[in-house]
Amino acid sequence: MVGISLCAGYIPVFRMDRSVFANIWERKSIGGERSVCNNDEDSITMAVEASRNLFKGRGSSREELDGVFFASTTAPYKEKLSSSLIATAVDLRRQITTIDFAHSIRGGTGALKLAFDSVGCGSMRNVLAVGADCRIGYPRSDEEQIFGDGAAALLVSKENVLATFEGSYSHYHEMMDIWRKSDDIFVNTWEGRFIQNEAYVNNMTEAITGLLKKYKLEPKNISKAVFTAPDIKWHKRLVQQLGFDMKGQVVNPLLHNIGYCGTAHSLLMLVQALEESNPGDILLLASYADGADAMIFKTTREINKDQNQRRIKEYIDQKLMVSSYARFLSYKGLIETVPGEPYRTFSSATVTWREQNSIIRGHGSKCRNCGMLTYPIQRICYNCNSKDNFEEVSISDMEGVVFTYTLDNLAGRSDDPVVIQTIAELGIDKVRFYSMMTDCFPSEVKVGMPVELTFRRIYDNAGMHNYFWKCRPIREGRLNHGQFKG
Amino acid sequence: MGSLKDEIAIIGMGCSKFGERWDQGTEDLAIEASYEAYEDAGIGKDSIEACWLSTVIAPLTGVSGTIAADSLKFKDIPVIRNENWCASGHIALIEACMAVASGAYDIVMALGVEKLKDTGYPGLGTGRGMHPVYEARRTSPGSFGLIAQRYFKTYGLSDDQGKEVLAKIAVKNHDNGSLCPKAHFHNVITVEQVLNAPIIAWPLGLFDCCGNSDGAACAIITSAKRAKDFRPDPIYLKGFGISTDSLLPHFRPQFSWTSFDSLVQSSHKAYEMAGIKNPREELDVAEVHDCFSITELIIYEDFDFSPRGRAGEDVASGFFTRQGKLPVNIDGGLKCFGHPIGASGLRMTYEIYKQLQNKADLPERQIKVPRLGLSHTFGGPPQISAVTIFGNEKG
Repeated sequence: MVGISLCAGYIPVFRMDRSVFANIWERKSIGGERSVCNNDEDSITMAVEASRNLFKGRGSSREELDGVFFASTTAPYKEKLSSSLIATAVDLRRQITTIDFAHSIRGGTGALKLAFDSVGCGSMRNVLAVGADCRIGYPRSDEEQIFGDGAAALLVSKENVLATFEGSYSHYHEMMDIWRKSDDIFVNTWEGRFIQNEAYVNNMTEAITGLLKKYKLEPKNISKAVFTAPDIKWHKRLVQQLGFDMKGQVVNPLLHNIGYCGTAHSLLMLVQALEESNPGDILLLASYADGADAMIFKTTREINKDQNQRRIKEYIDQKLMVSSYARFLSYKGLIETVPGEPYRTFSSATVTWREQNSIIRGHGSKCRNCGMLTYPIQRICYNCNSKDNFEEVSISDMEGVVFTYTLDNLAGRSDDPVVIQTIAELGIDKVRFYSMMTDCFPSEVKVGMPVELTFRRIYDNAGMHNYFWKCRPIREGRLNHGQFKG
Repeated sequence: MGSLKDEIAIIGMGCSKFGERWDQGTEDLAIEASYEAYEDAGIGKDSIEACWLSTVIAPLTGVSGTIAADSLKFKDIPVIRNENWCASGHIALIEACMAVASGAYDIVMALGVEKLKDTGYPGLGTGRGMHPVYEARRTSPGSFGLIAQRYFKTYGLSDDQGKEVLAKIAVKNHDNGSLCPKAHFHNVITVEQVLNAPIIAWPLGLFDCCGNSDGAACAIITSAKRAKDFRPDPIYLKGFGISTDSLLPHFRPQFSWTSFDSLVQSSHKAYEMAGIKNPREELDVAEVHDCFSITELIIYEDFDFSPRGRAGEDVASGFFTRQGKLPVNIDGGLKCFGHPIGASGLRMTYEIYKQLQNKADLPERQIKVPRLGLSHTFGGPPQISAVTIFGNEKG
């Protein structure tokens, strides 16, 4: 039966205490903290993170994928497929269906629904549904505090499913409650009470009660109620109105520690609920925007299978606090700080296209003659000089250690004043990899520090975004760092 | 490989004042250096049969040899531009020597000129290299910072210990530069100042890095046979070596980052041609590529001036100071001249030329009884090294 066979989330390592926003604007904090993506992250890189997390330790299952459905309202390009870049960075084969879902934060459940239908009808075997968002609220708005950034990915399949898809109920509802015109940076809203009552509570109630009625279920049959909400009070009101038990049934809406992650939020909550489920649990997922989608899942024994993925709880625990509102504005592109030198190695669409197996897929070359593994791909072996006698090997999943590094102030620009140039040795072949380091404090970098690779947006030039891999410290356990200083 | 030992001589040299030459253009700097060289050689423009021009970034790539032709009014002679990053000056000089050795020309010029202070930026920042993705954020200080960090780790130096060794090199070069009229910087500095300076690319601070400046230098070259027709004290080419290494060292498998094959190969080829067995004992003076203090440190070892991993001991003992056994960067080096890229190799050779002629501009800078001097540049990611050795007597 069709269902979810793998799932994983991604939450950026940077968090901001909401009191930072409150203090700067002399307002009241809504409490807790929100995730903030790094200046080298966007919805594509976060989607790649969640997808790579999903396939962690299960690289071979990538071969059997037939589709990537990507949902976001903050895709980095208005015209240009994001799912194709995600598929390339995740190192998927090319003969698959790639579709972007846009313009509504309900696109996450929309993509998931279409994945179930595609696999269910047999046109595809396995589909990756992935959502990511990093929406921006007006400075001084409630949304600035409420929003978070994140991504989640689910693999839809008929085999080895950890939860079966039991059915769904959807309706649309045309209204102007929350929107961005095509050239808006900030999310616009109509009056809060209108959104809360007419839009959110009524639509969610309609979809959830519609679903329960359709499948002859009652609230008491539900093990975990996964209701997205842009506001904790609205969530509470919805739960009370529907008669669910907040403590026993309702899944944490992730607003206190993470924030409302737009398109990704419903998927992220579902991943979190699945990570905490037992066999036989009934899960009810509902998401709102211009109507609502509700879905019902039943977990199988597979839910207990070994989890290689980094879990939502680990992401929540591992964080670096950003205390500077100025840094937040700079990371979000809302203020431009003093520029550095212009880039003199000009971006080239042809170079990136021609060399995408190295640059985007993260492939090196392993010499068939002497076995030397080198990155990027070398036509003539550095060691034995064999010509065109190599196989491509993915290095993006390799872990390694810092061989040497420098904290480069001259390379810094408006985004970050200190660029950590790193040379790492990856895997048993000790592949040398040169890149920037990200998601860390400059002061914590040491020779010998364990690192992994992460796909990031390295800079904008020639009117386009440029993506490449960076090193990141491998973090385990609870990370309890103080404040981030550049 | 054949030898050009004692086949070629320099009969005239010139060197502009180095520094922030806001009021002088590339052409002005070229004129300043070349007219001093004409006067030194006792010839005029019309004797020059070909010119090798070394310039890297200014005003842009794809400028051919027009900078020299326009400023010096060369007509109907080849002006061949050479761009080999920081080693451009030396390689232009070596090409000019080889052209005379070939018999194609009798008298040629090697001219290096660079105007960094027209760029609007104070350092060699991002955009060092060719690749828009792999090298998007590569800077000069960043690349050499990687060497310093690895050197410290390999030889068990703490950051404080390592930084202090490097600081002493910077202090030495500033002490030398304070006496050199054509240098950009004349300030004497202390180890404490170096250690407390702002960080550019950890562990390299401000005084570990050379400055950006403008400058030009020029050599006039002929065969050793004809050299004494022009002057009684020509300086003879004893040996040279050039080495360009493959695969950006950042990605190169097993690369040590504490020793560079191009440094070892280029110096050994030059020693072999010059008949030098023990450079530490036989060389009297050396100008080496101190773009960063760490660069000078690893050069000591790759050039066999110091045992591997122990250059710090020679730094501590003052072996390379003006009064030491082998004075290195006696004019203050890139640290005090700055590094107008295409000009540096010829500027360093100018210092060796003057020292070997016992004609240092100030008597207190002149070393005693010099016979053999080395000059050297090292550049790129870094991957390219060029060494020349000169002497004041044949044989």
